[in-house]
Amino acid sequence: MTLAAPPTVPAAPRAAVGVRATARVSAATSGGTTTLPVLDGDGPFELRRLRSRGTEARVCVVGAMSAPLGGDRLRIEATAQQGAALHITSAAATLALRGPTTEPATYDVQLTVEEHAELHWLPKPLICAAGSNLRQTWTIHLAPTARLVLREEQILGRTGEPPGHVATRLTVRRAGRTLLDQEAEYGPGAPGWDGPAVLAGHRATGQLLVVDPAFENRPPEVQLLGDSPQDGQAVLTPLAGPAALATATAPDALRLRHLLDTAHT
Amino acid sequence: MNRAALFVLADGRFPAGGHAHSGGAEPAVAAGRIKDAASLEDFCRGRLHTAGLVAAGLAAASAAGHDPLELDEAADARTPVPALRTTARKLGRQMMRAARATWPSGELDALAAARPRGAHQPVVLGLAARSAGLAPLDAAYAAAYETVSGPATATVRLLSLDPFDATAVLARLAPDLDKTAAAAAAAAQRIPEDGTDALPAASAPLLDITAQQHAAWPVRLFAS
Repeated sequence: MTLAAPPTVPAAPRAAVGVRATARVSAATSGGTTTLPVLDGDGPFELRRLRSRGTEARVCVVGAMSAPLGGDRLRIEATAQQGAALHITSAAATLALRGPTTEPATYDVQLTVEEHAELHWLPKPLICAAGSNLRQTWTIHLAPTARLVLREEQILGRTGEPPGHVATRLTVRRAGRTLLDQEAEYGPGAPGWDGPAVLAGHRATGQLLVVDPAFENRPPEVQLLGDSPQDGQAVLTPLAGPAALATATAPDALRLRHLLDTAHT
Repeated sequence: MNRAALFVLADGRFPAGGHAHSGGAEPAVAAGRIKDAASLEDFCRGRLHTAGLVAAGLAAASAAGHDPLELDEAADARTPVPALRTTARKLGRQMMRAARATWPSGELDALAAARPRGAHQPVVLGLAARSAGLAPLDAAYAAAYETVSGPATATVRLLSLDPFDATAVLARLAPDLDKTAAAAAAAAQRIPEDGTDALPAASAPLLDITAQQHAAWPVRLFAS
């Protein structure tokens, strides 16, 4: 293991109300297949093991209650141990709602992928309903030979309603160095978020990140995606390291997913 | 401390090549997203609070004397599209030439030797400010201002926008510039505890997407 020590998560002030929950998944290899020695749901996260695909263990996050609501402190930690292949998805979109307080909810995802392991993090989109206020982070630690496929999508408001507020940070550390560090802030109070430099009226945005040591020798090529700007647009680009990132904006969730799926073929 | 040097550094006529870049305004004008002074202001506000904040943080950190190579790496991690990494390094190299002639220093020489093809421009800008005896907050102002003055000037040429209107846009953004520069300088002060993670990493999807598209245009007025 050459992974750096996990970063300290800033301590949130104690919420007067709200759910505190941490779900944990850990995948390991045993006899040529991937097992799940840890599969602990908590609070709104119920974890179901799905039928394996080849050597890959698959887990589905099922929402057991409405979350995140304002004031909630939610966390998922997933680890693919050395040589393991883990695929995590979710049964439904995550709906951020206002809840009983205007305090933000936090939703932190920590993913660790050890040597020769592979992790797919492919949940359904996050929908930021009117009045919601969410801070989401993804903190990812990758060993030099680890592989990762991660997709994250934000839908700003349900159909016909104004968006909630969402602030995100995606940090990917690989072999002790920061490969990607990105913050985004959308919705009421975020300066310029709806203007021509950021989303230009689009209500759906997302990214697909693929980290693969094979890109060291064969970097991914730039691809411009999206035939007509009114249906959204995306680019697939190599990062300054063995990784490809697709960045997309679209009018809605369907067209966003179409762009990201095109990038992933 | 020599505050007047800030006027030299932040002057649009400082010979660092910035005039050839539109900061994403050219593709936004072509797509009809910038069409008048109001939409230019929206564009500039979005760019200031994303790319501008990131550039200001890097510049402040560099001016404060943090390791420019580490900051250059942090800039790479905050610049996911190659078109913008290439632009940032090209502008960094031009800034380096101008800065070494204007405020020669061993620190500039060392960075030029370590990154002969150019370091990210805000890192070089910050080091130039340091060599000129300016403070980290000054460097943050120069970097933040440049992220809006570039698109405003370019839009005057692209749209034949009235230069008075473009200048009024910049004046209306002054409070946002103050906030951005102050936030950037404050973030740079947290580096001793939190490392370069302390620096802002704000992103704008359309700036990234359209910068990469623009780089593939066969004919364009601006380099970026």
